Amino acid sequence: MASIKMQFEVPAKMKTWSLALIAVGLVALITGLVTKGFSADEHEQTQFWGTLMYNSIFWTLVCNAAMFFIGVTTMAMGGFQQSFRRVPEAISTMVPIFGAITFAVLMYVIFGHKHHIYHWLDTEAVANDPILKGKAGFLNPVFFVIWTTLTIALWSLFGWRIRKLNEQADGEPMTAEEGATFIYKNTVRAATFLVWFGLTVGSTIPWLWMMSIDPHWYSTMYSWYTFASSFVSGMSLIALWVIYLKNKGYLELTTQEHLHDIGKFMFAFSVFWTYLWFSQYMLIWYANIPEETVYFKHRVQGPYKGIFFLNLIINFLCPLIILMKRSAKRNYTLVAFMAVLILFGHWIDFYQMVMGSLSKEHVTLGWLDFGILSLFVGLMIFFVSRALASKPLIPKSHPFLKESIIHQV
Amino acid sequence: MAKKKFVVGCFEDEAVLFPAVKKVRAAGYKIHDVYTPFAVHGLDHALGLRETSIHTAGFIYGITGTTTALSTISWIFTKDWPLNIGGKPHFALPAWIPIIFELTVLFAAVGMVLTFCYLCQLAPGVKKHHFHPRATDDLFVMAIECTDTTNTDDLQAFLQSNGAIELSVQVAEEGWWFGRYDNENVPFQNKEIVAA
Repeated sequence: MASIKMQFEVPAKMKTWSLALIAVGLVALITGLVTKGFSADEHEQTQFWGTLMYNSIFWTLVCNAAMFFIGVTTMAMGGFQQSFRRVPEAISTMVPIFGAITFAVLMYVIFGHKHHIYHWLDTEAVANDPILKGKAGFLNPVFFVIWTTLTIALWSLFGWRIRKLNEQADGEPMTAEEGATFIYKNTVRAATFLVWFGLTVGSTIPWLWMMSIDPHWYSTMYSWYTFASSFVSGMSLIALWVIYLKNKGYLELTTQEHLHDIGKFMFAFSVFWTYLWFSQYMLIWYANIPEETVYFKHRVQGPYKGIFFLNLIINFLCPLIILMKRSAKRNYTLVAFMAVLILFGHWIDFYQMVMGSLSKEHVTLGWLDFGILSLFVGLMIFFVSRALASKPLIPKSHPFLKESIIHQV
Repeated sequence: MAKKKFVVGCFEDEAVLFPAVKKVRAAGYKIHDVYTPFAVHGLDHALGLRETSIHTAGFIYGITGTTTALSTISWIFTKDWPLNIGGKPHFALPAWIPIIFELTVLFAAVGMVLTFCYLCQLAPGVKKHHFHPRATDDLFVMAIECTDTTNTDDLQAFLQSNGAIELSVQVAEEGWWFGRYDNENVPFQNKEIVAA
């Protein structure tokens, strides 16, 4: 593999850009903190912490979805992802970093007793509310703190274990026995990660972090919906990094065939997201019970109408129509464009999921949201590019690497 | 339906078949088809077959299903027989989407299966010539169409040198026919049979 570039070097331009984005984000963060975060007005405070919440949760889940991608493809004995597996691995190194930010924000909300965000923090209100009383076993600060800590710590730990194990694939070629042991260990670690992922992203964490903002409302679809949203964004992020590296002349072994499969994931999970979106919407629309329709009232008929339907257009109609053709999924420019669009669409989706419940009267989308977004994007670019540069780009001794090289769709 | 002369070479391994396909095409022979016991990845590219259009057909069947369902249901529930169902509007789009989706899938699926059968010339009673019975078991069978100038002996030697384990020259119907496998029963008895 003499002619193959194994080592990614972070271009100076990329570093400058990411630092500039972080700087813009920090300015927005500090201005927001001064004008809104510490303001006497509860609405301003709620807006500031809500903005931090949905951004940090979104980016943590998206980066964790990259590790989920590695986990499922490992369990499926997949081979095609090996030639670019360092990209999702590098993205998943963000889980501890973004996880720590999410943890800090959520802990501030809990210990700062922000009951305008989590109504169930208000002990007096809970005591007089039979519905909230019934949910108190799940929605209480102690359980919230323990479960959040465990979730973020174990995502980071299990992801780190998978990445650590795969450093072995950079070493000497393995014998058949060594290869079999390596693959077996990989499946065990991936399975551990996936079980924990299912318990958290697949069920409890979205309920706890985001659905409990509307503590009276509930939807069993909510977690799957959040998962679908984060997974399709995670695939888009992987696609963006793969295309960037291809543009820079790296990842010679990754071809249109691999891009086609990533594009299929983006297409399929956009449709899956819509399926869950619709399942949640239609059951509530059909039953028409006030305690359930309360969630959609200000989204479909209130100020969030525009964002709510824009969300559906960006995340369903655009991927459906644009990514359907085979040639579109094999076109680097089009996939890159769609990846940016899908990431933006699901960011907006998370915006309306959180802020739609926190600020029901008016849409708050403005400089603060885009500023905080720029902070997270800058951090993501900065750390992911560093993580990519810290390891060889191609796991040259991975037993399945050949499958990836000859991969054909 | 004309009968044609074919040189048939049988291969035991994909790894031998692929280079042979390339060499036969490079030598200018026209490969009628390669019959394999299972789907061989990349063989269509090696044979130079064009990309299938069945997905485009599927898309068209799909939107036909969508429009059929949408127009039928909306006509029934808003014009023909409007019913008050739980106080919902007559044009109750969310409730129809599952049905619209099902009809899209049904039209696309059935349409594509029928198109596929048509393209593969599969239908009840349709018969085609089998170049080698083991093509359905464990042999890769390559049939090369002969022209007037083809030297069958040279071609057989060429195939043998490229790893064919069994060779034959067959005069066979290239299309399909209704009836039985003894070609005498072909209802449209053909006059211009090329001598072997």
